[in-house]
Amino acid sequence: MSEIKGASVVIVGGGVTGLSAGWWLARDGVDVLVLEKGLIGWEASGRNGGGCSHHHSPLFAEEQRLWPIMDELLGYPTEFRGERVRLASSEHQMALYGRALRNAARQGFQSQVLDVKQAKELVPLAGDTVVGGYHYKFGGHANPHRTLQGYAWAMQDHGGRVLQHTTVTGFRSEGGRVIAVETDRGVIGCDSLVLAAGPQTGRLSAMLGQEVPVQSARCEMIVTEPLPLMPLGGVDGCGLYGRQTLRGNLAYGGGPHEWLAMAEEGTPAKPTTPLMLHMGKRLAQLLPKAAHARIIRSWAGVIENTPDGRPVIDRLASQANVVVATLSSVGFGLSPASGRAIRDLVVDGACGFADLSTFCLARFTELEPNWRELQGWQVTAATEALAA
Amino acid sequence: MPIPASDPKSVTGKPLAIAESVDVLVVGAGPAGLEAAIGAAARGFGVLLVDENPVPFATMGDDVPLHFGQGMAASARNRNAMMEAFVASEPRIAEAFEAGVDLRLGTACWGLYANGPALGWMPGLVAGLADEDSSILVQAGHVILACGRRDMGLGFPGWEKPGVMGATAALNLATRYDAFGPRKAVILGSNTEALTTALALREAGVTIAAIVEQVAEPIGDADLLASLSAGGTEILAGHVVREATGRDGVEAAVVARLDGEGRPVGEERTIACDGIVLAVGATPVIDLIDAAGCKVAFQAERGGYAPVLDASQRTSLANVYVVGDCAGIWAEKTRDRAIAEAEAARAVAALGEDSAETETVAPPAPDYDISAYRLAWVRASVIEARAEFHVCQCEEVTAREILEVRPPRHLDWQNERRNDRSLSALLGEGPPNPDQVKRLTRAGMGPCQGRRCREQVAALLALGAAQPLSAIPLAGYRAPVRPMPLAMTALVPEAPEQAEHWDTWFGMHAQWVPFWEVPAHYTVATNDATGPVASE
Repeated sequence: MSEIKGASVVIVGGGVTGLSAGWWLARDGVDVLVLEKGLIGWEASGRNGGGCSHHHSPLFAEEQRLWPIMDELLGYPTEFRGERVRLASSEHQMALYGRALRNAARQGFQSQVLDVKQAKELVPLAGDTVVGGYHYKFGGHANPHRTLQGYAWAMQDHGGRVLQHTTVTGFRSEGGRVIAVETDRGVIGCDSLVLAAGPQTGRLSAMLGQEVPVQSARCEMIVTEPLPLMPLGGVDGCGLYGRQTLRGNLAYGGGPHEWLAMAEEGTPAKPTTPLMLHMGKRLAQLLPKAAHARIIRSWAGVIENTPDGRPVIDRLASQANVVVATLSSVGFGLSPASGRAIRDLVVDGACGFADLSTFCLARFTELEPNWRELQGWQVTAATEALAA
Repeated sequence: MPIPASDPKSVTGKPLAIAESVDVLVVGAGPAGLEAAIGAAARGFGVLLVDENPVPFATMGDDVPLHFGQGMAASARNRNAMMEAFVASEPRIAEAFEAGVDLRLGTACWGLYANGPALGWMPGLVAGLADEDSSILVQAGHVILACGRRDMGLGFPGWEKPGVMGATAALNLATRYDAFGPRKAVILGSNTEALTTALALREAGVTIAAIVEQVAEPIGDADLLASLSAGGTEILAGHVVREATGRDGVEAAVVARLDGEGRPVGEERTIACDGIVLAVGATPVIDLIDAAGCKVAFQAERGGYAPVLDASQRTSLANVYVVGDCAGIWAEKTRDRAIAEAEAARAVAALGEDSAETETVAPPAPDYDISAYRLAWVRASVIEARAEFHVCQCEEVTAREILEVRPPRHLDWQNERRNDRSLSALLGEGPPNPDQVKRLTRAGMGPCQGRRCREQVAALLALGAAQPLSAIPLAGYRAPVRPMPLAMTALVPEAPEQAEHWDTWFGMHAQWVPFWEVPAHYTVATNDATGPVASE
């Protein structure tokens, strides 16, 4: 086994969060290495709705600043398109959807209330189910896999490295600092460590003496054949999130998830279910003029959530040089900003552009030990594969 | 605040609308599926046998489930006549009816679901079935998959023209429906599958102008070749098709001789024909098998990616069996349907029995290297093509765009670095992955669900990385394995308790609390689990 050269910063996890952090570090001249157990972006990072409109997050302002310039910053296409529409099919929904408008307005972003006529003009595939909607003059959507590949390539352009097919098996610490990462391909030295390993973050952080509480779940999406492009691709409603791709496909998700057991080593299976039908029904309700379009694929992703569903971006108390990051199932859109925040924590010790106090691990100090059970996050899937 | 027993926003406790329950579901009413259904009925099982044939004309036009290449005669529009012809051409269909099998033709199985390490929601084996007007979920104690074969696509300039089609599609149209459009065909490939197809087409009244084979000597059975030659078919070994010409459809195949390096050289010849039949690689239809989660592997002796089976045709999923061509294709099996029927009989004998953990007897090793053979075809036909064409017809992606991992043209990406990131830069140290290339180039992402291009894309990646075909991972299949209109999804009702709790995302109030209102500590006890959530 040839020795793998260590790096100043080793990042465990080649998803959007880890790759964005790697890119931000590399463009600052930091020697960075991303370790990925399989292929980059092969988990939730490469299979999600592509939304970029997280008005509840402390990273929102930075998310909004960065997305319109990401193609230019990366040098690779992300397919980002700005702005979103949310359609309501009842007055009740119309009233409830106003929350996003108020959250955004408080942070200086504008929205427009749409009447039925305006909504139909903006969303040609909408039909008689619409009673109104909101046009958010912020946010938008991008292509998940293209974006994360862009992070990886841009990071490599700045001298960063990615090692795929490399499984982390342990860590070596000395004097309260991680000095090396043990992998199935050898020991890799580091000055700092970033854990951004999605569902595996819980298991790996536990090895470092301070477990980030997370649980995995499986969620599903569907995609249709291409349809004529609408003026705005980011159209939500009817209990669905998603987008029309720049090719014209409708890619949508939503509905119940299934909680899964603690992630083991390796790449989990990602089966879909007949939930596809119930997503399809809602998509035909949201966009009745697309009802003839055929579903040509469905897919599932396995993602992690913290007990409150909010991110953790923090330094571990147990090790002086470790930053942990889980975006708790809402990571793609925030990735330009989360990567920069991680870069700040690694290089400067604190985030210089946003108040990340709500992302701290300390908020869980009073968490009930049996929080999974209390929240009903029960696992019914077999924990072991059936016959080989 | 009462604590729910289970997260109401999860699938736990949400019943699926199962329309019917059966002992045994058999998918596919070819020789193996019929034998399985008749045999299971004889053992006293209640059997539902579905077959998507005859598929509607419009579906054939989309090259689903086979590469029909618009080679259907006008008579294929008459669904009733197609149905009658399908039944009349297979005597065992009547036998199945008499045996008490619940046989539904024109009914496709678009999905098969089984519990596993990442899925516990299914009440058992669940299959999705659809015909033109209905869509239902069926629960089955056992499932026997007999989904048949299709053909590897092989591109050349003009291969999108009507009249370029797969051998299996041609064979079905000609021998089962008498609805094969072309009158004069050129066959690409000279293996047993190609030669038997040529002879069957000739039997159906089609003139076989030529057999074109890129290898210097034909590889198939000498007797079959002799029979074709005697009938006036030209055997053009060491040749490749350079172009399909014609205005509204194929009018001729332009062929050229290959040099020792597999490069077209010398004078081109034009062979008048209105059909070009692709018969270079018969492939097990494993879409349903792979999407369900059965273990599959590249097995050259079975014709490519095929399920991993035990001696009783069991897959890695409990109570799921695979028989017939989708379990593996080899020359002897192509000539003798008794082999497929014997597989079905073994599966039927094993129903309800404990697995004996026996490995299957391997089929005879192919007498040629199918990996090298298919790669040589793609090199000679696609890579050495004299003009660019779309390997992925749905998404209009060329071979060069695939190998250079270029963003799709509709993005109009002008950055000068667009060509920097070729296949080798993407690879790192692992084998090229067609799913990764698909996401970046869109090759294989279209409405034909990759049926026409996936084996070609795999071959291109193998050639680009100087690896054998077996090193290239399978591009994953996903339900629905037959395209399904959104309008049909509502035909399967949704449980009211699922609709009541449906949320855009996880339905967690705390996830969406704006950051300026987040409390300093989180506990389950102090959390308002009923607060507003994402979909509200």
